[in-house]
Amino acid sequence: MKILTKLFLIFIFVFSNAGFANEHLTLDKAPIDLNDQASLQRGAKTFINYCLNCHSANYMRYNRLKDIGLSDNLIKENLLFTAEKVGEPMKIAMTKKDAKAWFGANPPDLSVEVRARGSDWIYSYLRGYYRDSSRPTGWNNTVFDKTAMPHILWKLQGDQKLNEEHHTLELVKPGTLSVKEYDALVGDLVNYLTFMSEPSKLKRLHMGYYVLLFLGLLLVLTIKLKKEFWKDIK
Amino acid sequence: MKTEIKTKKSKGGLMAWVDERFPLSSLITNHLTEYYAPKNFNFWYFFGSLAMLVLVLQLVTGIFLTMHYKPDAELAFGSVEYIMRDVSFGWLIRYMHSTGASMFFVVVYLHMFRGLIYGSYKNPRELLWLFGVAIFLCLMGEAFFGYLLPWGQMSYWGAQVIVNLFSAIPFVGPDLSEWLRGDYLVSDATLNRFFAFHVIALPLALCGLVFVHLVALHEVGSNNPDGVEIKKNLDKKTSIPLDGIPFHPYYTVKDLVGVSVFLIVFALIIFYLPEMGGYFLEANNFIPADPLKTPAHIAPVWYFTPYYSILRAVPPVLNSQFPGVAAMGLSVLAFAFLPWLDKSKVRSIRYKGNLFKRWIALFVVSFFILGYLGTVPSNVWGQFSNAIPVIGGVDKATVVARIFTITYFLFFALMPYYSKKDKTKPVPSRVSYK
Repeated sequence: MKILTKLFLIFIFVFSNAGFANEHLTLDKAPIDLNDQASLQRGAKTFINYCLNCHSANYMRYNRLKDIGLSDNLIKENLLFTAEKVGEPMKIAMTKKDAKAWFGANPPDLSVEVRARGSDWIYSYLRGYYRDSSRPTGWNNTVFDKTAMPHILWKLQGDQKLNEEHHTLELVKPGTLSVKEYDALVGDLVNYLTFMSEPSKLKRLHMGYYVLLFLGLLLVLTIKLKKEFWKDIK
Repeated sequence: MKTEIKTKKSKGGLMAWVDERFPLSSLITNHLTEYYAPKNFNFWYFFGSLAMLVLVLQLVTGIFLTMHYKPDAELAFGSVEYIMRDVSFGWLIRYMHSTGASMFFVVVYLHMFRGLIYGSYKNPRELLWLFGVAIFLCLMGEAFFGYLLPWGQMSYWGAQVIVNLFSAIPFVGPDLSEWLRGDYLVSDATLNRFFAFHVIALPLALCGLVFVHLVALHEVGSNNPDGVEIKKNLDKKTSIPLDGIPFHPYYTVKDLVGVSVFLIVFALIIFYLPEMGGYFLEANNFIPADPLKTPAHIAPVWYFTPYYSILRAVPPVLNSQFPGVAAMGLSVLAFAFLPWLDKSKVRSIRYKGNLFKRWIALFVVSFFILGYLGTVPSNVWGQFSNAIPVIGGVDKATVVARIFTITYFLFFALMPYYSKKDKTKPVPSRVSYK
């Protein structure tokens, strides 16, 4: 019992998790499923077509997309716009200086953006744009107030308006996608960004299973060994 | 009482050849097979060997990380991502190292707490304890220097804050912090020197200190949960301690159980919770260092937060932050004085009275609360209403931190009094073992 209390205290000590959540913001849960390769591939397509012009992903190589079921040829034919070889990282042509002049801020590299912001934040952010004539881009955002990024996906989503009273968004002019389709598209995109932020995650989760199985076995053996040696200590 | 040095030589063969040139057999005898440790070690006695295990893990994973890491402000952040993505099993090595850093502090804190409750710092183990405190200081430096290397926002601003602390020292402060940084702000020069400290200077010192810690331990022998000196009860014929058992095989096989449990916890974190909800790897550290963008909330990694809380809790005096910095330094150094602060007749908490137990409990509570408060902004609980005199308008968390800072220091400062006054129980002549 005493040991249990001690272990419990250590558990609390090491594992307690509090204080990091932003209370003022309620984020929507992003539909993350790293095993859904079709979703990851759709997300990669959206990412490369819409994001990878201003945002780079300098630490992500194109051929890492093989992890989500694409082949070198598929990548080369469909996704390689600015690079020549599939082994190259996802760089962009825009310089930092130009970016600063054009947007007033430097679009961050997105390689590990999910690990910095969280998938829910990006999922909510990309669905949180509304028309705001006071902003230079004409857009504002419920998640990131006065964001410098214009609404890149506006043709797909359409125009939203902020209901100041209830602090909710209303769709005033539909885009080419329905609300459901748009949410799915952003969901796939964020799923891909999550994959890209740590491509070895699935491997890690899978490998952990075997390591723990081995260590469990080791524990049983070491306990038996200890008992065998200690039985003559009185 | 000095351990008898036995010179034992094997009969022939390779061992004899080695023994004539190097005392291998006698080393094994004196430090393993005929080194007698008390038989009543409990749960708390696993953490010394576990700290050694983590040290070795950090050294080995560190070597492999150094093969791919680039200590250059332009390349550092990218080289860590390169390790995470392009180096074979780089992610595993990196997570082992980052988790190992936190787990090092977990086991060292538990190891120190063991010393605290069983009075392991008392005569004749004062030097052993002081070497341990030196190891702890070294470890803190090692963790601090290492934390800058990923060159993320938290790395950068954490280092900025800590180095700036030195500028609060009267007269030499500003020059000193500039000398430490090698620049007017944390920059490429700082990264390069921190890398040198992290990969060679401090690990070398750490290994040396661990060695003398062990030498001192084997000279005086281990304390135990009863605080009974086992060398006082020797077998008349063999002069082996009656309550002692050879370290090998008994404690080697027992420590293997501890190692297995530890590795399970370690693997659970590495494979399933490498960020530990932002406590082991902070979200902000996935944003590259930017000298022009100060994060809204800068907090050190969890193992430094109790001291950081103390730093924040102490108000500036005459516009100088120095009292806070001094208090923080003292909060760490206070451990070194324990052998002389504890005036109790007994070592172990088992035979100490309620007074001592209450103070230890208060100390633990203070340590945890200060630790928690160090991870959050000081306005986390809001402010006291202005209607209240004296503390009106002050951050609630700051007041709480001040109360527990005082408690933390009182634990040490009052120890000579309460440990003397405390009603102790009679200590048995032999260790208790069931």
